[in-house]
Amino acid sequence: MPETLGTREVKPPLLGVSGVEVRYGAIQALRGVSLSVGQGDVVALIGANGAGKTSTLRAVSGMLKPTAGTVQLAGQDITGQPAHTLVGKGMAHAPEGRGIFPNLTVLENLELGAYLRSDKAGIAQDLERMYGFFPVLRERQAQLAGTLSGGEQQMLAISRALMSRPKLLLLDEPSLGLAPQVTQTIFRILREVNAQGVSILLVEQNAHLALGLAHWAYVLETGAIVMEGTGQALLASDDVRKAYLGE
Amino acid sequence: MLRTTSTLVVAGAACALASWLFASSQFFALQASLVGVAVILAVSLNLINGITGQFSIGHGGFMGVGAYVGVVTSSLLTQFQLLPGAPQVVSDQLVLLIALATGGLAAGTMGFLVGLPSLRLKGDYLAIVTLGFGEIIRVAIQNTKEIASDELKLVQAQGIGAELAYRVTHLGRATGLSQIPQLTSFGMVWFWVFVVVMVTRRILGSPHGRALLAIREDEVAAEAMGVDTTGYKVRAFAVASFFAGVAGALFAHFQAIITPAQFDFVKSTEIVVFIVAGGLGSTSGAVVSAMALTLLPEVMRSLFGGFNVEQIRKPLFGLLLVVIMLTRPQGLFGTHELWDLGKRKKRPA
Repeated sequence: MPETLGTREVKPPLLGVSGVEVRYGAIQALRGVSLSVGQGDVVALIGANGAGKTSTLRAVSGMLKPTAGTVQLAGQDITGQPAHTLVGKGMAHAPEGRGIFPNLTVLENLELGAYLRSDKAGIAQDLERMYGFFPVLRERQAQLAGTLSGGEQQMLAISRALMSRPKLLLLDEPSLGLAPQVTQTIFRILREVNAQGVSILLVEQNAHLALGLAHWAYVLETGAIVMEGTGQALLASDDVRKAYLGE
Repeated sequence: MLRTTSTLVVAGAACALASWLFASSQFFALQASLVGVAVILAVSLNLINGITGQFSIGHGGFMGVGAYVGVVTSSLLTQFQLLPGAPQVVSDQLVLLIALATGGLAAGTMGFLVGLPSLRLKGDYLAIVTLGFGEIIRVAIQNTKEIASDELKLVQAQGIGAELAYRVTHLGRATGLSQIPQLTSFGMVWFWVFVVVMVTRRILGSPHGRALLAIREDEVAAEAMGVDTTGYKVRAFAVASFFAGVAGALFAHFQAIITPAQFDFVKSTEIVVFIVAGGLGSTSGAVVSAMALTLLPEVMRSLFGGFNVEQIRKPLFGLLLVVIMLTRPQGLFGTHELWDLGKRKKRPA
């Protein structure tokens, strides 16, 4: 059993992952990962390179098929279901490395985020909401997405994921390769997005930032969860400080 | 829908008129037909390679399937009077349309069957599968038997089912099928050019087109947006194969002779050169470059007299491809379209 720090506020469950294992050929990347995200939660997954953070996220979003274990979304079993079917069930994934469509315009990228929706008025409303979060996207809406800066591309990737009106947003390393100031902006918006009712499962190498935002966090080490707790409690823990905060 | 029907009717009438006007010049009719077939092949392959971003080098194989199935269909049908009392031209064109439909559907079905397992593969692997498919078609045809006229007469007496079975297993080996009725007018070819261009444009303007572009740009992200990537790739593949089959059936019915060697790897590569030169993803680029590169050997023939152009065509195409890659890797048009020229420039290049 992983060590638990602090007490968790009980919320109705949204995502339940239990005993998930993932293999890449002979290599076992995940050795029975269990975690949960409650409605309205921000949950962070921290750990070193190769600990299995991205694999966990990909197993949740259906991009990887787990060899064992189950994934449940809002009480429904979604284990091993293809990724594209989960978008309609309320899950949006902003993949690692941003994955924007470089030769399409910013607006086209955002419209593709709402690919499964047909309510035009709602889409237009959400588009305004995204431009409200990141005004720079409005200025650049007719520009090819590949010409945006790294930070702007990350803003676009997050906005695009939000355009499907998800209940749960999966984010893979939103701070990767960005200037600290840009990262600050993005995390401020994430807090706002969460306040509007979207639950977030966040994978992040920048443990300091992630723990500052998260209600609850898990520490992954070589494919298994070794510690969990409230963001604040983990920030205060000596083990975490030594291993992940460089102190 | 009404607009689509009326544009189709107008295009059909225009093509028929042109056919009638230029019917006296056989040379013109043949060149126009060859160019038209090349354009259909290029525009349809562009749907897979340019718009969906997959890499197929087996388009010649699908063309071959359409050609052979089309010829088997028309040779069965020409024996019957489909429309009693109608003039010969009308029943001929009806036979041709049925042959084009069966050829196209056979190739489309084949595209669906090949695509279903192989479109889970990416990049080079898909290219290898499509290459292998083209070769399988060629080798399979080469291993059928030749038609013997006395045998055929015996079989024909046994009814249409027996004849169909005989014809399907007797595709003429490497020497191919000859004496195919020349039912295709170049007007018919260009009518299909019009259809394939319009279908591609309509797909691109729809949410389906967006999904295809998203797959080209980033497959993982497209999947994360809720796009059924495998489903869309298979559909694009089947549609493109359908048109390759139609092109093959059209080709067979003006060339009068088809051999498996006409649909080999070299043919598939030629179509790839068309769309790379025109700009992957640009339908107008595919049209323009298929026209130019098909006419190029003819132009050179008239420039250099009796010089045998066929011999240097392949090295010329290879050289052209290298030059394009070095000097203008995005091709003639990039991803732009002729019909977007008038519009306000939405995407700064």
